[in-house]
Amino acid sequence: MSIATCRVDTMDEQDKFALLTQVIEEYERKPSNLIQVLHYAQSIFGFVGADVQRVIAQKMDLPLAKITGVLTFYSFFSTAPRGRHIISVCLGTACFIRGGQPILDHLKEILGIDVGETTEDQRFSLEIRRCIGACGMGPSLIIDEQVFKRLNVSGIEQILDEFE
Amino acid sequence: MNSNRGEDMYQTGIESVRSKKDLETIQAEFIQYGKKFPWRALVCSGASCMSSNCQGVKDALESALEKYELQSAVDVVVTGCMGACSTGPTLIIEPEDVFYCGLQPKDMDELVRIHFLEKTICREKTFFNLNTGEYIPYLKDVPFFKGQEKIVLQNCGRIDFRSVEEYIANDGYLALHKALTQMSRNQVIQEISDAKLRGRGGGGFPTGLKWKLASKNESDDKYVICNANEGDPGAFMDRSLLEGDPHGIIEGMAIGGYAIGANRGVVYVKAEYSKAIERTEEAIRRAREINLLGESIFGTDFSFDIEIRIGAGAFICGEETALIASVEGERGEPKLKPPYPSDAGLFNKPTVINNVETIGNVAVIILKGAAWYSAFGTEESTGTKVFALAGNINNSGLVEVPMGTSLREILFDMGGGIPEGKKFKAALPGGPCGGCVTEEHLDVPMDFESLPELGATTGSGELICMDEETCMVICATIGSGELICMDEETCMVDVARYFMEIAQEESCGKCIPCRVGTRRMLEILERIAKGQGKEGDIELLVELGNVIKDSAFCGLGQTAPNPVLSTIELFRDEYEEHIHDHCCRAGICPDLSGGPCENVESGAKPSDKEL
Repeated sequence: MSIATCRVDTMDEQDKFALLTQVIEEYERKPSNLIQVLHYAQSIFGFVGADVQRVIAQKMDLPLAKITGVLTFYSFFSTAPRGRHIISVCLGTACFIRGGQPILDHLKEILGIDVGETTEDQRFSLEIRRCIGACGMGPSLIIDEQVFKRLNVSGIEQILDEFE
Repeated sequence: MNSNRGEDMYQTGIESVRSKKDLETIQAEFIQYGKKFPWRALVCSGASCMSSNCQGVKDALESALEKYELQSAVDVVVTGCMGACSTGPTLIIEPEDVFYCGLQPKDMDELVRIHFLEKTICREKTFFNLNTGEYIPYLKDVPFFKGQEKIVLQNCGRIDFRSVEEYIANDGYLALHKALTQMSRNQVIQEISDAKLRGRGGGGFPTGLKWKLASKNESDDKYVICNANEGDPGAFMDRSLLEGDPHGIIEGMAIGGYAIGANRGVVYVKAEYSKAIERTEEAIRRAREINLLGESIFGTDFSFDIEIRIGAGAFICGEETALIASVEGERGEPKLKPPYPSDAGLFNKPTVINNVETIGNVAVIILKGAAWYSAFGTEESTGTKVFALAGNINNSGLVEVPMGTSLREILFDMGGGIPEGKKFKAALPGGPCGGCVTEEHLDVPMDFESLPELGATTGSGELICMDEETCMVICATIGSGELICMDEETCMVDVARYFMEIAQEESCGKCIPCRVGTRRMLEILERIAKGQGKEGDIELLVELGNVIKDSAFCGLGQTAPNPVLSTIELFRDEYEEHIHDHCCRAGICPDLSGGPCENVESGAKPSDKEL
């Protein structure tokens, strides 16, 4: 089974839940596969909300508290919808030393949101990453899959304009 | 990334590799295949080069080759990280070993014409030495590569990571064959012990001993786990190794499995490392296909298979017991030891957990022997260490050097020193768990023994360099190998605050000293950085730090205060200036006045500093 071949964006809620059930069955409902199931759930729904958590709990025969407990432990998972574009500012040590913090502060200011939040128009979510591996080119940030490097504060607006 | 090798890339017809002869056949066939091409063009597709459009460079290279009808003369090979990350995208042309860097798609037409048709070197596209003002065409002459000793990274950046045939052509899987057919389990363990291989993830625990403990336990199931939850913020050697030489890790894990009597392996890798996951997955699939993983490997009664487990963004899961909990689908909280994983690990079965780089050393030790291996490095710290060199440094990237190489050689010879002629302030080997090394200790050998004497470790291999503008409020272990260099514009209070923020964010919350203690320390540091520091804050930080070190449950909490304690020890005057004079000499802390602290009145606002 490959999620990559499913057009998740064109599926309706019912199909999404059917796919989730299929994933859980592929993983044999084993509790040890919970984190892998959550990864798929996040790819399918974009985030793992309360309704999805309930379905996973039911299908895997685990307490809801267990699902929520594991889910919220890991920073990779989100329990709320995220924006159309995810801005991840690299704050690995190298980017930090080279001025990543002012970049983040500037983004917070122009977007009016804090780290982990989404703009009201659902356009952007703001995140921090600890090292994206482009240490020689810092400070850097990633929007969706695209990497922007050797940034300075004044060029940020121009970059955002590329994303609708 | 696709390559022109696509369909006509050499793939062996052997369906199941059963013997040494099969390996040798593949090796011979691959060499034969290579002879068809007078040149090989290696395009780096490490994370840093990918972010600088190496794909575009490769496409342009291929179009240019087509234009000049050279497709059959040049084999274009996509490789893992070559290491020289700040000069990306990079390209090596064999057999001359000419190193081209800083390439753009538009350069490729000219480069192809000059190099392959006119058969001279396109000098302006080779490495430019800032210190001498000269271009250096040959790889062996580039200072960044001189003095490096590539053992773990021998294939990284030199072979196509997707080709098991090319891995085999470079003596791949010969070590596994040797272990399975010519050595007993104990002999394998003995060889690793004799080589004095020690954990490269930061702990430095003897690998042979770890294996021995697990091998002695009788159990139906045992596990080998490869820890690729590389957490230090600035370390990328494990990622590069998995991306650039996944078969090396598979082979190392299989040898480990044979040694301890395990049939199952798990690679636990960070979710953020999507390329590493993809490439490792593909390598596992290919190894299974030709029976280098699976049942009866090389016709012996040894069976071994590997699965990938994807982490979900928790630094703590680099700790063994927390990692095990996470593989089991639980919250990644550490557990009390004993029982040690070698007695009761994954699903309560004997388990060995090794870091990626440690596993990367295994095959070569078995193939070439402990004596060969221990000739590198120092008496007690043998072999090499890979460092991720970053921060205020000219040539950042991955370097692999013999253990015991001095920090000065790494930072100034390979790293090319501090940019813009600024002054070196401190280096931070070992990332967030480590301590600082300053100018006076630059000649200290980088190994497991010498650094802890300075209150530093190698960590995992993150090596951050700081210049005079770095605000140091950080600390030194060999740790993981993250090596960050800082110049005089780095504020040490700010750096300490930064690491405490990470520790606080990543604290799993299980024990109070770490959960609450790091929060309180962070609050004090934030206060100091804002110019609201109080008399006695430094003493309070030291007291809190020592209590957390003594009482935290696991390694994360026990090392979290190190950056603060180390910077207080080495840069106490900077803390005092922040508190008493409301001044940040590096000009980093925005609420304080910057510049030379005696000129506080001039009121230069550091936040205007140009980036």
